Amino acid sequence: MAGTQNAPRSIVTTESPLVRWLLTAIALLFVALFLVIPLVSVFAEAFKQGWQLYLAALIEPDALAAIKLTLLTALVAVPLNLVFGVAAAWAIAKFDFKGKSFLITLIDLPFSVSPVVAGLIYVLLFGAQGWWGPWLAEHDIKIIFAVPGIVLATVFVTFPFVARELIPLMEAQGSEEEQAALVLGASGWQTFWRVTLPNIKWGLLYGVILANARAMGEFGAVSVVSGHIRGMTNTIPLHVEILYNEYNFVAAFACASMLALLALVTLAAKSYVEWAAARQAAEDRRQAVE
Amino acid sequence: MAIKQHSVLPGFGLSLGYTLLYLSLIVLLPLSALVIKVTHMEWAAFWHAVTEPRVLASYRVTFGASLIAATLNLVFGLLLAWVLVRYPFPGKRLVDALVDLPFALPTAVAGIALATLYAPNGSIGRWLDPLGIKVAFTPLGIVFALTFITLPFVVRTVQPVLQDLETELEEAAASLGATRWQVFQRVILPTLLPALLTGFALAFARAIGEYGSVIFIAGNMPFVSEITPLMIISKLEQYDYLGATAIALVMLAVSFVMLLVINGLQWWSAKRLGRRK
Repeated sequence: MAGTQNAPRSIVTTESPLVRWLLTAIALLFVALFLVIPLVSVFAEAFKQGWQLYLAALIEPDALAAIKLTLLTALVAVPLNLVFGVAAAWAIAKFDFKGKSFLITLIDLPFSVSPVVAGLIYVLLFGAQGWWGPWLAEHDIKIIFAVPGIVLATVFVTFPFVARELIPLMEAQGSEEEQAALVLGASGWQTFWRVTLPNIKWGLLYGVILANARAMGEFGAVSVVSGHIRGMTNTIPLHVEILYNEYNFVAAFACASMLALLALVTLAAKSYVEWAAARQAAEDRRQAVE
Repeated sequence: MAIKQHSVLPGFGLSLGYTLLYLSLIVLLPLSALVIKVTHMEWAAFWHAVTEPRVLASYRVTFGASLIAATLNLVFGLLLAWVLVRYPFPGKRLVDALVDLPFALPTAVAGIALATLYAPNGSIGRWLDPLGIKVAFTPLGIVFALTFITLPFVVRTVQPVLQDLETELEEAAASLGATRWQVFQRVILPTLLPALLTGFALAFARAIGEYGSVIFIAGNMPFVSEITPLMIISKLEQYDYLGATAIALVMLAVSFVMLLVINGLQWWSAKRLGRRK
């Protein structure tokens, strides 16, 4: 979304140099105070007492267990929502049916629900006091205060990401190319893999990157269902909380710095995908003209 | 949901069926469990749970802090979007990418970073403390955390509208003798209004549900700096599932209202921009 069209403006549609300079300075000060300083401070606190303590905090068994659980959670939650996102976008963008906009609103719903409420609803279903609690206890299945609960809560909070990227994209692209492929004798799946997927790949990747960042960093929802058992049901964000509350600040910020690094990688990947998508769109337009 | 198929493409039944099934299992069924749980409550017990003084105080903290944070971002978000679209300066691409940091950075990380910075002995708090300004462990800390978390919303809703804004109207207004400030107030601001309000509503909706970034910096003192999501957690920790569910239902109702407001604003926004073209 970086501003590219900075053609010199005529004198009447811009401000005096002093005003321009002042506004830019205030905006950058705001960015420095609220974004740059907190980000830098995470790394500064993590390395406060040197490399060795930093590394020790990361390779300690509880930290490693938290890293593993975080990766596992994202590895289950993101593909589930990826498949859902593609299915939902296919149904919504390629076909006409009643109640479509209501369906889109429902898909967006998890974004407006508080993470704490998102965790609570699974406790009400699967917890000891919940609907299916007694049945699950009888069959010795643990969902709440165990890994399945963490995965479920994460699936809920990352639910809309891929779908809401793909729906407007596929609606804009229409379905002429797919129809042409079908007329030429391709099967439905061939059409999807060879025509649709290449067209939506950047939007898909964008949704996956955002969903992954949220899946690995989710705190509120996971906190409700996890039970905080060290080395068992702690994800990295929960591990950070425990260390911080024990006044073990170096270790807390060391683990937090991994997540901050993940955030930076996410931003870089996101910028790259935006750039690549814009380039592809420009290319398509050029080919259409020729 | 009546099904009308006009398209020759295959896979409608499969994709819509899977969408509805997955949506029901992951979102609708668990949310309805919450509503059904509350219907088992006596009305008086429900009313008592959602209006006890400590919970009422948490609504004030949550809504007050969210309103201030969203307003701060309304002003600074507009300024940031304006500067990013209209003024050239070095490092612009970087700043533009950095605006999304609050969406990418886990909330717990933001929480401990802000709490450490603004604690009385922290890198920033140390300078504010002698001035008598306390941020960490006060409601002001909650405002700061929520401002961080909701920073991208206004910028990202206003930026594309500002980018597509034609300069002809501005030129016309200027040639008719309007000052730059008048042009901003009478020409630019009305065009941006739907996008501004949408960003404000998105920021506010996100802020009222936020938990992870706030609890570290809030201090969590009853009646002073407890937010409503924390009340749900503390009820759960006391095994008061009904109390927690009752408060959660109130929050869910607020989320629904905000969702409707945001949909309405987006519809207005699209209509307004469509008419201009």
